[in-house]
Amino acid sequence: MNGLFSEIFISSLISGGVIAGIPLIYAGLGEAISERAGVLNVGLEGMMIGGAYGGFVGGLSFNSTWLGLICGALTGMIISLFMVVLCVRLNSNQIVVGIAITLGAEGVTALLHGAIYADTYPRVPTVQQVAIPLLSDIPILGPGLFNHHLSAYLAVIFVLFVSWVLKSTGIGLSIKAAGDQPHALEAAGGDVHRTRTIAVLSTGLLAGFGGAFIVLVGAGLFVPFVTNGKGFIAIVLAMLVRGRVKWIIVAAVLFGMSLSLTTALQLAGIDIPIDLVLMLPFVLIIIVLFVFGRRSYLPAALALPYDREQH
Amino acid sequence: MTNTDQLQTAESRFTRISRSTITAMIPVIGAIVIGGLLLMTLGRNPFVFFGNMIDHGLISSLGRQETLIRMAPLLLIASGLMIAFPAGIWNLGTDGQFVMGGVVVAALGPEMAPHVNGFVLFLTLFVVGFAVGAIWSLVPAILKAWYGINEIISTLMLTFIGLRFSALLVKEYFFDPETTVPQTRVLAVADRLPRMFSSRVHIGLVVGLVAIIAVHFMMRKTAFGLRLQIVGMNPKAAVHAGMKMKPLTIAIFTLSSGFAGLAAAVNVAGVDGVVRAEWNPAIGLLVVPLVFLARFHAASVIAFIAAFAVFQVGGESASRKSDIPNFMVLVMVGLLLIFMALGEYMQLRSSRKHQS
Repeated sequence: MNGLFSEIFISSLISGGVIAGIPLIYAGLGEAISERAGVLNVGLEGMMIGGAYGGFVGGLSFNSTWLGLICGALTGMIISLFMVVLCVRLNSNQIVVGIAITLGAEGVTALLHGAIYADTYPRVPTVQQVAIPLLSDIPILGPGLFNHHLSAYLAVIFVLFVSWVLKSTGIGLSIKAAGDQPHALEAAGGDVHRTRTIAVLSTGLLAGFGGAFIVLVGAGLFVPFVTNGKGFIAIVLAMLVRGRVKWIIVAAVLFGMSLSLTTALQLAGIDIPIDLVLMLPFVLIIIVLFVFGRRSYLPAALALPYDREQH
Repeated sequence: MTNTDQLQTAESRFTRISRSTITAMIPVIGAIVIGGLLLMTLGRNPFVFFGNMIDHGLISSLGRQETLIRMAPLLLIASGLMIAFPAGIWNLGTDGQFVMGGVVVAALGPEMAPHVNGFVLFLTLFVVGFAVGAIWSLVPAILKAWYGINEIISTLMLTFIGLRFSALLVKEYFFDPETTVPQTRVLAVADRLPRMFSSRVHIGLVVGLVAIIAVHFMMRKTAFGLRLQIVGMNPKAAVHAGMKMKPLTIAIFTLSSGFAGLAAAVNVAGVDGVVRAEWNPAIGLLVVPLVFLARFHAASVIAFIAAFAVFQVGGESASRKSDIPNFMVLVMVGLLLIFMALGEYMQLRSSRKHQS
């Protein structure tokens, strides 16, 4: 049976939506942390592509998905060091540095990949999917939602953990204060620079992990510019959920579904120009900005450097 | 004014200029050093690479012509950014505005060319390119002016949409039925922009230079330009001074992205003559660091763009010779931006030391 309501269309849409949505959860969660701390991280795309390449190299060298993911996360964190040094410590313009990180990381990874792997195009080790008992047996929805690599489920745990940290711990309170009232944080004996450093490093770690997920669990190989704007979509998601980080899961999977629509439509045998479908996630972002943008919550000190000497 | 006074002013002017030249050169040198180290880790000789680059981008006559041709669209995109950035508008969507303008101009050109003379043709194509570029930033402009939504994301999103939409236009509506690959009809070489100095360089270069200089004086010498500078420095003060922010914001977006569309029109009518589906030169974001490095000053912008064009043209053939993919330019722009941010900090620190 063909058409929009066929089983194959719905299950491939959900399964593809989860695979495309998980990197958005990781990166969006990371961006949410650094935005709360007052750092607008436009370099997210660069940290993701760095993580994608690091994960690719790690996965190949150790022949292991998990070690690859860890290498990707570390690469993302190393790239975020640029943001820490330049934006948090030296008070450079966060937007200029963000663009620098994105362009530089895109260039370096494409260059390295072209110089080292262009002849062979190796594939990373295949992933082991773990079906959750009972849940994965639900007809239509089950296989799409509950039959993935363990790192996909880990995203949910990360979101819950970060949500708890922000809400109920001292460091979470410091992060929010660094974004809303940096002077108050300093007056209370906190350290804005240290708090923002921790936040940005966590962002790099999570974005790198998300980028590595794209390569190791999603695509199976690295190609230049493989993240294809996912970092920017994740920035919008982080802006839209307005500090309620749990909503990132829902938003990311919805956008993931729109990203995976092409494959699902092809499987269902529906003929729509591919460019129209590929445009959809970005059009969706603009619509969402129109509808919810006015209410999107951004910290008061976002994108403003904190300079002790000026106060 | 006494003689010594004059001497001192001249001297301080000289130190100021040389100092700002040095500040602008530090990022360039830093980017070359780190880029060279990267080449070395790939087992390539950086001296050979950069030598080839200068040779093909600047010294050989054909390369030099190509460099001048490449400068035209870069100068026009820079003109737009020289309006937007000082006014505090982060138009990062020039790539989408460029592609959309180029696609429409490429479709229109061959249809019009047999019916009108060259002057009418080029004027129409320029106006259409400008208008399409401007329209492509209308949504971010409205989102910014009425809802206060950050334009960084919305303009970037419009680039992603524009790349797909322009491909769709070429594949579904603007295609040349006589070719197998999806592309527009070709603008005959005889119908393209006139060339200068019996070389391949077309008059688009002049259009670009005029635009840069015009924008330079508009931003510095006219009431409108001054208003934009105030909006950029302190939007609250601008509102207090009675400026109407909504029309001003729309005007900034329109001008800035219109120039990106015009850049594409000049390139299509001057050299390309045709646009294929999936066409994306992606030069818009690369211009961003150049206008910052030049501090929005016309002469410096022209100098930086000339150097960058040498780099682009020379980098392509140097990459081919060193057998690496042509991504060095992207790497260097990223490095330039990072060193620029560092340089900015060092300057701030030294001026603070000076004060205290």
